[in-house]
Amino acid sequence: MTINEGQPIIVLENVAKFFGKFQALKNINLTVAKGEKVVVCGPSGSGKSTMIRCINRLEEHNSGRIIVNGNELTESEKDIDAVRREVGMVFQSFNLFPHLKVVDNLMLAPRLVRNTPKPEAREIAMKFLTRVRIADQADKYPAQLSGGQQQRVAIARALCMNPEIMLFDEPTSALDPEMISEVLDVMTDLAEEGMTMIVVTHEMGFARSVADKVVFMDQGEIVEMNPPVEFFESPKSERTRLFLSQILTH
Amino acid sequence: MIVDFSLIIDSIPKMLTGLSLTLQLLFVSAFLGTILAIILLLMRISGRWYLQWPAVVYIYIFRGTPILVQIFIIYHGLPQFEFIRTSIFWPILREPYGCAILALSLNTGAYVSEILRGGILGVPRGLHEAGSALGLSVRQRFIYITTPIAVRLAIPAYSNDIVSLMKATALASTITLLDMMGIARTIVADTFAPYEVFISLAVIYMILTLIIQKSFGWFERYMSRYLKKEA
Repeated sequence: MTINEGQPIIVLENVAKFFGKFQALKNINLTVAKGEKVVVCGPSGSGKSTMIRCINRLEEHNSGRIIVNGNELTESEKDIDAVRREVGMVFQSFNLFPHLKVVDNLMLAPRLVRNTPKPEAREIAMKFLTRVRIADQADKYPAQLSGGQQQRVAIARALCMNPEIMLFDEPTSALDPEMISEVLDVMTDLAEEGMTMIVVTHEMGFARSVADKVVFMDQGEIVEMNPPVEFFESPKSERTRLFLSQILTH
Repeated sequence: MIVDFSLIIDSIPKMLTGLSLTLQLLFVSAFLGTILAIILLLMRISGRWYLQWPAVVYIYIFRGTPILVQIFIIYHGLPQFEFIRTSIFWPILREPYGCAILALSLNTGAYVSEILRGGILGVPRGLHEAGSALGLSVRQRFIYITTPIAVRLAIPAYSNDIVSLMKATALASTITLLDMMGIARTIVADTFAPYEVFISLAVIYMILTLIIQKSFGWFERYMSRYLKKEA
């Protein structure tokens, strides 16, 4: 799939966000083209999660503009719903609905939001469970799965809504090391199929092999933004160099 | 002191004739109280001050005063007002049975609404966020995500409240009702044997408590079936 550089699907313009007096995001400018994969990294508290949570309005930005697939995020419920329908999200702590079986977790939103009939919703659910290689667990409850399996279910759940964009908020941070690669494999597949992705992660191997650009954030600002080769080989800012040396030395 | 066993054997069947009234007071008040609790809860979490604060004041009043006082106010106090005696509610408020049901329902409604609110506050925030991110509306999230989880979280406290309510039904005897407690008091008045009668009565109440606890224990296990690690 070729990337159409002239067609931005996510635009953040001078976005700022405050939690009380604390400024979590300062003057954020970011453009993501359709099909582009962006990895966001940075120390904890740097605002990377807050930034992607603003993109589907789980957090409200205080100033600046956020435009997703042509819809600007405002107070309007309609615009928020329009954006959320296009944007899937995967969380660090999976957030599967514990009282619903795996397949029902996947069917809930298509049935409620898109009014998909039950047999069709089930078909869609099974298709995506197969894609994340977990179809045999469809009738279990989330608590009966391992962390890696739960996260793959969470990815499948988001995909059932046919999003144009997928946001990943530290998808492997809560996983035991041996389960990280099964989740990253699914994400890599997704990237190869041309999904637009913003991934907050410290998996630098994933960033190197999948990302079109890597964003480094610190103290609420985007410090550096470059293609992975440049980002890792010749980081421009001192803060980026320090961060990379801290996470790559061991 | 000599324990009069024949009196115990005599009085237990008599007290059990009041069991049906005790259970009626319990079930009807629990049912009405729970409906009231849900209404109060929805007011409380509506985010609108003109619904919120009446609910808060109501809950404060009914949790802040003794249930016995509430029963007396309703039974002895309300008939003082002309407009109550001429209202359509008078056929209910005229009867001690209606007054007892009303007092127990109003009281338990206040407690249960706080119990349910606790359940709702216990639903992890991440699940709301996952629902929002999938495009579910506030109402859909409340019905399909919050409610089933909140109910499970609320069961232990709710079961406690139902046990309290069951014991509170004994207060209905103070307004002439012949529930198990009312009958026990009549027997004591006749026999002057408070130990035998009241201890037997206590045992009956304990058995009821055991049944309520076991039932809720089963219900809780059923509602928590999805938390088990093994299928």
